[in-house]
Amino acid sequence: MLGVHDITISFEGRPLLERVSLALDAGEIVALLGPSGSGKSTLLRIIAGLIVPEGGTVEIDGADCTHVPTHRRSVGMVFQDEQLFPHLSVGANVAFGLKMAGMAARERRRRSDDMLELVGLGGFGDRQVGRLSGGEAKRVALARSLAPTPKVLLLDEPLTGLDRELHDRLADEVAAILRATGTTAIWVTHDAAEAAAVADRIVRLGAGTSS
Amino acid sequence: MDRYRDPLNRLPRWFVAAVAAPPLGFLLLFYVWPFATLAWRGLGVDAIVDTLDRADTWKVLWFTTWQASASTLLTLTLGLAPAWAVSRFSFAGRRAFLSALTAVFVLPTVVVGAAIVAVLPASLDHSVWAILGAHVVFNLAVVVRTVGAVWEQLPPELEEAAATLGAGPGRAFRSVTLPLLRPALAAAGAIIFLFTFTSFGVIRVLGTAGRSTIEVEVWRRATQLGDLGGAAVLALLQLAVLAALVTWSARAQRRHTHTIGLQGALPRRRPIGRQRWWVASSVGGALAVVMVPLLALVERSMRTDGSYSLAAWRSLGDDEIRPGLRLGVDPLGALRNSATTALWATLFAVVIGGLAVIAITALGRSGRLLDTGLMLPLGTSAVTIGFGMLITFDAPPVDWRASWWLVPVGHALVAVPFVVRAALGVGRSIDPDLRAAAATLGAPPIRAWATTTLPFLRRPLATGAGLAAAISLGEFGATSFLSRSGSETLPIAIERLLGRTGRLFQAQAFALSAILAAATMTIVMLVDAGAAFERREDHARRP
Repeated sequence: MLGVHDITISFEGRPLLERVSLALDAGEIVALLGPSGSGKSTLLRIIAGLIVPEGGTVEIDGADCTHVPTHRRSVGMVFQDEQLFPHLSVGANVAFGLKMAGMAARERRRRSDDMLELVGLGGFGDRQVGRLSGGEAKRVALARSLAPTPKVLLLDEPLTGLDRELHDRLADEVAAILRATGTTAIWVTHDAAEAAAVADRIVRLGAGTSS
Repeated sequence: MDRYRDPLNRLPRWFVAAVAAPPLGFLLLFYVWPFATLAWRGLGVDAIVDTLDRADTWKVLWFTTWQASASTLLTLTLGLAPAWAVSRFSFAGRRAFLSALTAVFVLPTVVVGAAIVAVLPASLDHSVWAILGAHVVFNLAVVVRTVGAVWEQLPPELEEAAATLGAGPGRAFRSVTLPLLRPALAAAGAIIFLFTFTSFGVIRVLGTAGRSTIEVEVWRRATQLGDLGGAAVLALLQLAVLAALVTWSARAQRRHTHTIGLQGALPRRRPIGRQRWWVASSVGGALAVVMVPLLALVERSMRTDGSYSLAAWRSLGDDEIRPGLRLGVDPLGALRNSATTALWATLFAVVIGGLAVIAITALGRSGRLLDTGLMLPLGTSAVTIGFGMLITFDAPPVDWRASWWLVPVGHALVAVPFVVRAALGVGRSIDPDLRAAAATLGAPPIRAWATTTLPFLRRPLATGAGLAAAISLGEFGATSFLSRSGSETLPIAIERLLGRTGRLFQAQAFALSAILAAATMTIVMLVDAGAAFERREDHARRP
């Protein structure tokens, strides 16, 4: 489903990723585990097309998309700080990707309601993004990324900044949702327990390690 | 992480070029070209020698410099006590007092000139005291704000320490507080000197032949004497003096900044005992200085022949003094012209400024060049801008002197830097990841950029629009050159009416000034309220 081959990139002259390779089967959830500064977020951004690697290729669904712009890759991304559009309602945030895909308004509305239902926020469609709690915002971000059914979902430390109890509950819930929807996902974290709880497979990214 | 490492999702070049073209073209056509024309005229050896040979050139230079120095020193001295009161003490009406000072600071120059005429007896109207008084009224806010901001961070214990070492209150102030305030005083002084050195509207209303600043002399030689070369030389001379001054003051301030470590505002106390008297008298005194002239304006507008009447207000709509005899200044017409001009100037300034903000943020590093370019009109006096436009757009195919849009364009040129400054900060603070989020959801580059940028610019552009309208309403320097007879704006009409003999004309001028003052203050207060509202909103949103 996703193939990353020999990715190399340096940051300010120092090598950050050296010939890193990674392969995911359809529906597989891989946790990318590593200390901060190990380049996990950079690897995610390379897969999303937000950063161009100095060497190596990214393949999605068997097609080389190393130089394809982000909006044509069909990758979803859940950002660490959600990056919800503050001027749009919760429903409009979730429907944004559907609108970009050219879905009709009424269908968009139904699908975004379904997605909110899926993440446990049924009826939140008309709320303002600015008034959500931390956990609610994470759920909206997940619903927004899943709505257009991306081929790969990238989660960049999605649960950082939540208190322990909420963190553990959300970790289980999100993993269950990903499984239920059959989503292929890379979950970046620096928390080994979190990685073990959510992933089918753990890949460690440390200084000089590749897998 | 900066977005320029993101080559796959960059905005298309044609798009950035299309957005950058209007502001760039505006700048080149209406600022760079006129300025080059002016420089070309002014840098001729003959014109320079001629101008420097004339005795009245030196007289103007001398008067400009000494009145600016005197105004600066006077304002600094008078501003010290109210700065102390607002920085050290909390008292009822403290914020209202600061708002009043600031409101006066943004008044049109001609209005303050008229207010001084209104408050002083006729024998002092054209004395040097009138000029100094107007400059003090204007700039008191600069001292109170700038010096107060540092003063409220100086721990009072410093003076108490000096007292334990045997210094009396006066001695402690002179040897401890004053040296620590010196950088702030220098900064405030530099700003005030800059403003008063280039004073135009105030001097046009209150000055005489022997009391003229370089600005007024540029206008006089260009429009009254037809000496374009001489006017250009003076304009360039002033620019050179200002450039030297700004460089020097920036360097002086940099030397001073790291000498004291300030830690943020200290809690303000309620004044007790004798302090109450001191606080009340310094605040009351400053308030009287700025408010009495404005009240006099209103009062005098309702007094025509020694008795109170609304004759001046009622006759604003008609410029016939006696049947068949017209004055040539139509007060109500000027009000209409000002409103229309302000509307167009605001539209121009917001469109050009808005596109500029978009282009600057999209261009990244090379956007800085456009940013700097658009700030240049801020460093050039409005008189220089108007003069340059006058001598550039006077021959076919660019004979635009009769075009209705030339005055609004001049105003927009002055206002664009304010629009850009109001919105650029917001434009730059948008998280690039927000745009990345839109891209991962399938939005193509232009769409992703628009979704994550335009909604945030709406508020600051509204602020910029308010500022542009206020600037346009009061603009006098550039307008003096570009205004056509029959389409005078309010400041032009006020200056003309004040120059006529006849109590009714004076009263009409005061009435128009009161209207203009009210309009400007209302706009600025709305802008201020909008900004405060936004701050509260932001605060409420944060979890």
